[in-house]
Amino acid sequence: MHINCPHCGDRDQREFSIRGHGTGLSRPKGETWSDDWNDFLHIRDNLAGRIQELWHHGGGCGAWLVVDRSNVTHEIFGTRLVSEVRS
Amino acid sequence: MRYSGLQVLWQGLTGNKGWAPVWREPEPKPEYDIIIIGGGGHGLATAYYLAREHGLTNVAVLEKGYLGGGNVGRNTTIVRANYVLPGNSEFYSHSMKLWEGLEADLNYNIMHSQRGIVNLFHSDGQRDAYARRGNAMINQGDDAILLDREGCRKMLPYLDYEQTRFPIYGGLYHPRGGTARHDAVTWGFARGADQRGVDLIQNCEVTGIDIENGVVRGVQTSRGAIRAKKVGIVVAGRSSQVAAMAGMRLPVESHVLQAFVTEGLKPVIDTVVTYGMGHFYISQSDKGGLVFGGDLDGYSSYAARGNLSMAEHVIEAGMTLMPMIGKARMLRSWGGIVDMSADGSPIIDKTHIDGLYFNGGWCYGGFKATPASGHCFAHLMATDRPHNAATRHRLDRFTTGRRLLDEEAAGSQHNLH
Ligand SMILES: Cc1cc2nc3c(=O)[nH]c(=O)nc-3n(C[C@H](O)[C@H](O)[C@H](O)COP(=O)(O)OP(=O)(O)OC[C@H]3O[C@@H](n4cnc5c(N)ncnc54)[C@H](O)[C@@H]3O)c2cc1C
Ligand SMILES: [Zn+2]
Repeated sequence: MHINCPHCGDRDQREFSIRGHGTGLSRPKGETWSDDWNDFLHIRDNLAGRIQELWHHGGGCGAWLVVDRSNVTHEIFGTRLVSEVRS
Repeated sequence: MRYSGLQVLWQGLTGNKGWAPVWREPEPKPEYDIIIIGGGGHGLATAYYLAREHGLTNVAVLEKGYLGGGNVGRNTTIVRANYVLPGNSEFYSHSMKLWEGLEADLNYNIMHSQRGIVNLFHSDGQRDAYARRGNAMINQGDDAILLDREGCRKMLPYLDYEQTRFPIYGGLYHPRGGTARHDAVTWGFARGADQRGVDLIQNCEVTGIDIENGVVRGVQTSRGAIRAKKVGIVVAGRSSQVAAMAGMRLPVESHVLQAFVTEGLKPVIDTVVTYGMGHFYISQSDKGGLVFGGDLDGYSSYAARGNLSMAEHVIEAGMTLMPMIGKARMLRSWGGIVDMSADGSPIIDKTHIDGLYFNGGWCYGGFKATPASGHCFAHLMATDRPHNAATRHRLDRFTTGRRLLDEEAAGSQHNLH
């Protein structure tokens, strides 16, 4: 698998580490236990198809990326910087 | 036909003409008392125990491919009872006891081999953790022996004890642990269920679950609609897709786990060895292949294959631990879709829909659970009460956040268990 880092270009997957599902970006506001926290921590749609997930380019520029990837074929459709997705 | 040594001899002498197919190929009936979705190890074991323990034989197992084509035919076959947490401890202990009687019970040679498992440790802290684990196993009535480095060296002389990365301090030895032939386990349960009247229906994919006013009525399949009073979902890596047919979202992510096997060699590794620090474990199959594996690739996947980087990582760890295996040639590698739950422990529970039951979240460790999973799920489906050995594997533990069964204290991260 190769991941195209917006800063560094096309790089081998070995330079990146997976940081979980894209839902990791929507952390609930409340501090106490609620359904939102259950949803955030535990529950997944777990679709077979195109998903958004977080990768960290630790072996390169250090950026956090949102990667648009098929978990059926492992094909990658695009990458964006988390900083841009958030702003 | 009852299988025995004498039968083998007799068949051999009479041209092997008497062997009949091991199970029937029935057409689906319009209605069953119970439908099990998924003909893997757990689905077949559930059907077997429904018939054997509860006399329920108007049962069908619906399998979208062929029996045993999922994880039960892809795993590295390790069977152990070395869990710590109340809930898991009694459950895996229950499973071990069932394994020990399974060949006689099924009248089938599943090649269950209690060759022992050694979990290596590499620091004082890890030794303490394994001593605690060993005590928990003994408290549960199972067996564990803490070996020091010399004790390990006697059993496993071929390891590199002085390796600079993780020098070996000793190991936790679990003599009753070992392996079993995965396909034979599938076939044994399938045969036992079929003999008692269960319909095993292959090439029958469930595409929908019929629910009326909160009560399950049956399923839609690639071979038509089938009605049922009760339906059990037992589909491992496909749990989320099938549960979604009933409008449910699960605390599960599907990931890929890879495994590897070398060409057949003369006997060389006679126990199971695990090297947690390096992410590597190994055993030798009865055919002679060295069967080994490591960690998940780490990203969500339904591809049933992984990437080269994890293959390299596993093989490097193997070479560090036992340099001798560098001379063996690797024959094959493959992957399976594993149903990773949020706390690393399984779910055996009713759902909020009447008559619909769920069994899944087995992560990469459900092969050892096969008999107990089937036994406890059958009990739940037949009586509507959890079996004593599986009272804590509830779905609502995630909703409340209480009594999570996080065996490895990895936190709520599906890919870290
Ligand atoms: C590489 C690897 C190594 C492993 N090593 C070990 C080990 O050493 N020890 C251990 O204890 N565990 C191990 N495991 C885990 C173990 O294999 C699984 O936890 C266990 O097999 C899961 O239960 P099962 O046998 O019922 O699953 P499966 O065999 O996957 O059965 C599920 C079945 O459901 C069917 N299905 C799915 N969707 C549908 C549908 N819509 N309609 C009809 N049927 C459907 C599938 O085709 C499949 O046959 C390993 C797993 C892998 C992948
Ligand atoms: Zn980069």
